[in-house]
Amino acid sequence: MPGAFASEMGFGNPRRSSASGPGGHSPLRRVSSLLYRRSTLYLFLLLLPPLLWLGTVYLGSLFTLLMQSFYAIDEFTATVVPKLTLATYEQLFRHPANVDIILRTLAMAVAVTIACALVAFPIANYMARYATPRMRAFFYVGVMLPMWTSYLVKVYAWRLILAKQGIASWFAATLGLDGVLEAALATPVIGGPSLASSYLGMFIVFVYMWLPFMILPLHAALERVPQNLLQASADLGARPRQTFRSVVLPLALPGLAAGSVFTFSLTLGDYIIPSVVGAPGYFIGMMVFQQQGTAGNIPLAAAFSVVPIVLIAIYLALAKRAGAFDAL
Amino acid sequence: MPSERAPLGQKLAAFAGLAFLHFPVLIIVLYAFTTEDRTYQFPPPGLTLRWFEAAFARDDIWTALGLSLQVAAVATLIALFLGTLAAFALVRSGFRGKEAITLLFVLPIALPGIVTGIALLSAIRTAGLGAGFWTIVMGHATFCIVIVHNNVIARLRRLPASWIEASMDLGADGWQTFRHVLLPQIATALLAGGMLAFALSFDEIIVTLFTAGHERTLPIWFFNELFRPRERPITNVVAVVVVAVTLVPIMLAYHLTRPKEQKD
Amino acid sequence: MKPDAAPLAGAAVQFRNVTRRFGAVPAVDDVSFDVAAGEFFALLGPSGSGKTTCLRLIAGFERPDAGQVKIAGADVSGVPPYERNVNTVFQDYALFPHMSVLENVAYGPRMRGVAAEERERRAREMLDLVQLAAMSGRAPAQLSGGQKQRVALARALINGPGVLLLDEPLGALDLKLREQMQTELKALQRRLGTTFVYVTHDQGEALSMADRVAVFNAGRIEQLDTPRILYMRPRTAFVARFVGSANVIEGEFARRVVGTRGAFAVRAEAIALAESRAAMPPDAMGCEATIVDILYHGASSRWQVRTDAGEALAVVRPESAGGQRQFAIGARVRAFWARESLVPLADA
Repeated sequence: MPGAFASEMGFGNPRRSSASGPGGHSPLRRVSSLLYRRSTLYLFLLLLPPLLWLGTVYLGSLFTLLMQSFYAIDEFTATVVPKLTLATYEQLFRHPANVDIILRTLAMAVAVTIACALVAFPIANYMARYATPRMRAFFYVGVMLPMWTSYLVKVYAWRLILAKQGIASWFAATLGLDGVLEAALATPVIGGPSLASSYLGMFIVFVYMWLPFMILPLHAALERVPQNLLQASADLGARPRQTFRSVVLPLALPGLAAGSVFTFSLTLGDYIIPSVVGAPGYFIGMMVFQQQGTAGNIPLAAAFSVVPIVLIAIYLALAKRAGAFDAL
Repeated sequence: MPSERAPLGQKLAAFAGLAFLHFPVLIIVLYAFTTEDRTYQFPPPGLTLRWFEAAFARDDIWTALGLSLQVAAVATLIALFLGTLAAFALVRSGFRGKEAITLLFVLPIALPGIVTGIALLSAIRTAGLGAGFWTIVMGHATFCIVIVHNNVIARLRRLPASWIEASMDLGADGWQTFRHVLLPQIATALLAGGMLAFALSFDEIIVTLFTAGHERTLPIWFFNELFRPRERPITNVVAVVVVAVTLVPIMLAYHLTRPKEQKD
Repeated sequence: MKPDAAPLAGAAVQFRNVTRRFGAVPAVDDVSFDVAAGEFFALLGPSGSGKTTCLRLIAGFERPDAGQVKIAGADVSGVPPYERNVNTVFQDYALFPHMSVLENVAYGPRMRGVAAEERERRAREMLDLVQLAAMSGRAPAQLSGGQKQRVALARALINGPGVLLLDEPLGALDLKLREQMQTELKALQRRLGTTFVYVTHDQGEALSMADRVAVFNAGRIEQLDTPRILYMRPRTAFVARFVGSANVIEGEFARRVVGTRGAFAVRAEAIALAESRAAMPPDAMGCEATIVDILYHGASSRWQVRTDAGEALAVVRPESAGGQRQFAIGARVRAFWARESLVPLADA
């Protein structure tokens, strides 16, 4: 009989007998239904706790930082005068020493970015183009592990390696490259008494630290280059170098841009590496740290830290143009 | 992508690069066993375990370790709660202010640590708070929230909307749907996000130096050792311990979140 | 002019002037219709025509911006999906991967608090109904498309819904399986007596399964009728073209062949071909044309002819009419049809 099964199963009631079971008219279900109807209320309740936190703790701090940079420190009482002024910024940009610091940090950031791109490329390219899936996973883990290894441990390791009688010099000695090392250390500006106290050493450490951050986005971008494009290029008569320049490089650019955002901003803001490994010259990060510490000059520290924010914002805008955000 | 045979030069360069990435940490591990404690002779003259013994006897190391673990645990819990709420909110499409809020969730990672550090410090000073355990947690939780949020929202995005609709269609309200359908699906993402957050918090130094006041987490202990090295091999031992402690959650998180297609 | 049928007493589903907008675009535009209790009702139309949105309005996943949706006489606005006595079979099946087939089917009763033993028994009963009893312990990932579809069906039906909604459930299946499922679904609906509301873009499917079909276009219903009437007497050019691909004769062409301006439809099967100079039977109308293409379909062939003025006509001739051997591509023929085969269409 057609309808028998149906009525036995309770077919046909307009509203489910929701009174039975754990649902029913329990308060939890009533809240559920209310939130289902009022989806904006639901959204609001969801966002309130995290936004409260991020808003007050993070944004609030950033705001105080900005405010502090517009205050100035009274030279005599060494306290912060809560009056809006441009005096601190003036101090920042008028003092040649300060400008030196900014330029020095900027130069290092650019140099590190370029070096990272150069070193990362063979690795990323191998991973994307030649590695079997197994090898690729191996490389992926191999790049990821150092990336997540403790930052301080890595810095410490390099300090040992670059120390005067450390591994680096042993290495150079064994390979007979003593002369090269000494010549490098004798170079003005970037050289120094040992690798551990020279810009050259600092440079090496920076490159090492941020290398994985460049490899991963670059690899992602290179992986997206279809094999048949390279074959088509060869088929049309291009030599490997031309294919690289005209096909691979433009397509890898978003990946390079994405990676460079990391290397640039991380170098710009770092204060530990320049303190631990490197020449006496100050970097932005070190200034910020020092000014807030012994000098207690928070306004100046704040002003100094606004510089990387602005520089990074500019760099992000440029990188976005180059397609970095599509590659992330 | 199909792979061709790599030219030998490129293959060597790739492997050399990989080795370059790993050898510093391996050196440290090696040095934790060296018998020589004054200089950094290479190769080390002998191997011993006594530095491990000495390190385990040091109270200051244990205190610092304990503080780091506590901070990491609390920060992770806060992050799991707030990050998940945020992920559920932000996975919904186009509501007013969504772009601005998304940007807010990128900033803690996008801006360098020093900015976060000095900002927090100036806020702490302005508000007249005392720097200590809770200010450390505040700093850590902020970027941990972002980590958890990223993990959970990535998983939520892969969930077909029809599953939620089907669950509601079959009689489950919002809460029941979350419990029976959503939670099992995001469980591994929550776990991975939590472990990453824990590892990052445990290892954090850049922001912590600004917000710790007189407290010493293990990274801060380590940082001090960099400038006033007393017993270098003990520092090496601590380094090995730190690497081991953070390595486990990282690898677990990786296993939990890599997409199934990559498994070979 | 409302093209829908008269309101039905005791209807299972009623739409009264329902509008749903996404942004500025109305996906459903002032739509009214009734679905009779126990009927197999199809919503047919191309993608974006609003048929799926109507289904979701019944299920409760969308809320109307205007108008009323009633289920069994009661207005359901504001009622969440889990409180409506309506169940859906989704296009992608939406089976929960972390539950076995049995647990999937038992989900609805579980949410209502039915005891474990009882709900398991009922679930096995349902799986028997869809002939999948052997798969109860499997995970959804291990099933084929057709099997997943049956599980989705069982999972929906176990709750005893007043209306079963099906959202293009057979789209992912291959032709043979699809035809088999169509027969099974139709038989199931007859046996259960449940109201089925079925969304599809495949007019063949709608015609073969449904008791009545609502043809959607751009958010509105162009015609709501039984399959037979839709096919024989389309009311608009859109329906004529969409259902059964009739030829639409309008404008200049109509004036020449029919005698008056306006839009008319004539089925491809209603057109006959004769030699160019042959006499036309009385009470017939037609035109001269050239054969442009012949597509062989086995039991019949589809011919494309074109008049000198460039108008195209499709003609379907069964093999028994000795079609293909008669004319070749490029031949001039006379295409004609009986006067009563011409269907006047409402102006667009």
